[in-house]
Amino acid sequence: MKPLLLKGGHIVDPSQGYDAVGDLLMAEGRIEALSKGLSAPDGADVLDVTGKVVAPGLVDIHVHLREPGREDAETVATGAHAAAAGGFTSICAMPNTDPVTDNQAAVGFIVKQGEAAEAARVYPIGAISIGQRGEHLAEFGELIHAGAVGVSDDGHPVVSSHLMRTALEYSLTFGIPVADHCEDPTLFEGGAMHEGLVSSRLGLKGIPAAAEEIMVARNIMLAELTGGHAHLLHMSTRGSVELIRRAKDRGINVTAEATPHHFTLTDDACEDYDTNAKMNPPLREQDDVAAVREGLKDGTLDAIATDHAPHHYETKERDFDDAPFGIVGLETALGLGLVELVEGGVLTLPELITRMSTAPARVYDLPAGSLARGAQADVVVFDAAARWTVDPQRFRSKSHNTPFAGRELAGKVEYTIVGGRLVF
Amino acid sequence: MTPPSLGKDLLGLEKLTAEQIRLVLDTAEPFKEVSERAIKKVPTLRGKTIVNLFFEASTRTRISFEFAQKRLSADTVNISSTGSSVQKGETLVDTARNLEAMRIDMVVMRHPSSGAAKFLAERIRSNVINAGDGQHEHPTQGLLDLLTIRDNFDAIDGLKVCICGDILHSRVARSNIWGLLKLGAEVAVCGPQSLLPRGIEGLGVQVFHRIEQAIEWSDVLNILRLQLERMSAGYIPSLREYYRVFGVTMERLEAAPKDLLILHPGPMNRGVEIDSRVADGPHSVILSQVTNGVAVRMAILYLLAGGEPALAEAAKRTNREGAE
Repeated sequence: MKPLLLKGGHIVDPSQGYDAVGDLLMAEGRIEALSKGLSAPDGADVLDVTGKVVAPGLVDIHVHLREPGREDAETVATGAHAAAAGGFTSICAMPNTDPVTDNQAAVGFIVKQGEAAEAARVYPIGAISIGQRGEHLAEFGELIHAGAVGVSDDGHPVVSSHLMRTALEYSLTFGIPVADHCEDPTLFEGGAMHEGLVSSRLGLKGIPAAAEEIMVARNIMLAELTGGHAHLLHMSTRGSVELIRRAKDRGINVTAEATPHHFTLTDDACEDYDTNAKMNPPLREQDDVAAVREGLKDGTLDAIATDHAPHHYETKERDFDDAPFGIVGLETALGLGLVELVEGGVLTLPELITRMSTAPARVYDLPAGSLARGAQADVVVFDAAARWTVDPQRFRSKSHNTPFAGRELAGKVEYTIVGGRLVF
Repeated sequence: MTPPSLGKDLLGLEKLTAEQIRLVLDTAEPFKEVSERAIKKVPTLRGKTIVNLFFEASTRTRISFEFAQKRLSADTVNISSTGSSVQKGETLVDTARNLEAMRIDMVVMRHPSSGAAKFLAERIRSNVINAGDGQHEHPTQGLLDLLTIRDNFDAIDGLKVCICGDILHSRVARSNIWGLLKLGAEVAVCGPQSLLPRGIEGLGVQVFHRIEQAIEWSDVLNILRLQLERMSAGYIPSLREYYRVFGVTMERLEAAPKDLLILHPGPMNRGVEIDSRVADGPHSVILSQVTNGVAVRMAILYLLAGGEPALAEAAKRTNREGAE
């Protein structure tokens, strides 16, 4: 592989506190050098990236790739290419596939499909329980050995506190996070959107914020009890953010993430029974959006993760109750982060890169999120000022279920580089 | 100024203006008389095909629509299917497109999912009338309740109307709230908090947790049916206690400072939300609601079919004179 030199870009690497114009040299799939005035070695490819941002490749620790099971909605390959198009170089695939990714063979399959895709790196997350049924622990050791980077029953909450406790204890042997979809099923039951004035008007069964917060509180207590690392998926309410903030202040081993839609939209988006605004956890209220933004600013929420949830178009072309939860997110995340958070004055550009690359990589201890010498040469180059309009028909993802169609976003991805090789 | 019209569909009262609501009520007036004749038929909708698409069990709403359609000479087909179409393997959009392909003019639909009528209306050219979508709206019931109240008072503006019972799961409640507010009434709801929607005050209604307070405040009570399955789902402890705490009884009404008009959309659970003596008593207009239901639905069918409001009187008269 030829060395690759990116010249004249605005390099942002939060892992080293680098935020200046400079050159970045990659060779043998690794970062070779980062400084001003680098000259190209013999035979190197050179890309002039003047005026563009050069950052560690983005890391999305929460995606659903639907393979095996719903290859009509997404495959590992289309998901990995959608990720690359969105500036992501590493993604973590949730195990709620069909069959469930709850054994080493299933994990190995995802790894193999990911490698074959030759796009973003794909890291499987294994199931906490066999079949995600919340009964028997999956074989964490074998999952990790086969390539899983963590465990989660995402899509389903871990209802049994005993099972969650055991998973956190058992995870200590492997040093992996146990990621929970925090939801009290008895409060959630039958819910279609956030419980509030909008749900009352639309006559849709509401999901109260407490359904999430009760489980957030429980998981914090169990993390404290066990010392295990609890990772809290897609936090959506002010109450959750405040619980996590207090837990972190007390040194409890907990991390958390939030999605771009939860820092952008409110339950008003459900107004016309738009099934592309139906997600779980649901879009909340303005005050919750503000709390999520504060959490991302002060680090209470470690990571921005998309919860990319592709659905075949006809499954969303239904009445609201019958439509599935979730939206695609890989190809709009950076744009929303730039417009809503950076241009919106919530985060600086280096802080956004921290939340979308360096910090999420740390949650699952991935070899990503840094442009330090010797690191894997996973890099994104984007034009932060360029405007573009979301057109789902142009997505690399097989699915187009997004509430952001037609929205103007910032940040055109110019190059996505994985292991020193252009994948977008 | 363009004359008021209902537009293509009737999906709910939330999106209607006060003027549009009055249009329906005023248009219903001449149609009331048609049902009083020996020959209860006018040719207004002759040649129109209407599908009554019911994904939920319904007796009185469906029959009321059928009478309205038959009395207007429309050709109707009834499709009843409990459980959502999805469970049967066909999506609502496919059902709708198939019906459309048969060149129908109107669909009257009841569906267990909130928003289903809007979903249908956006996907077919035919007029859609919402006969109840989930827990969202039941606009024809709301309109017939308004007509019945208007029949008994000079004006709805300034009246105090309380809707009692299971507001949380009630599409009737939502349509009533919108319609009454738009016509200037003061609206309250009364029930145990477990059966009231979160943030309902935000719609501009007052909340009572005690039926005695509601009765003292109101001019009109609209008493909703308590779905018996709410007890098994744990929203209330028992029907017996519900009657004791929230039942509208003669004793409670007699303690009120004035006589109250009593409405109930039916079917009633006598001895649960309403005492029989109240239901059958002098201030009950429950059967007038049923009668008005046919007239209101005739008016809506007529208006959506493009009928001129001003000609509603003439539309029925021409038939009587034997001409068309």
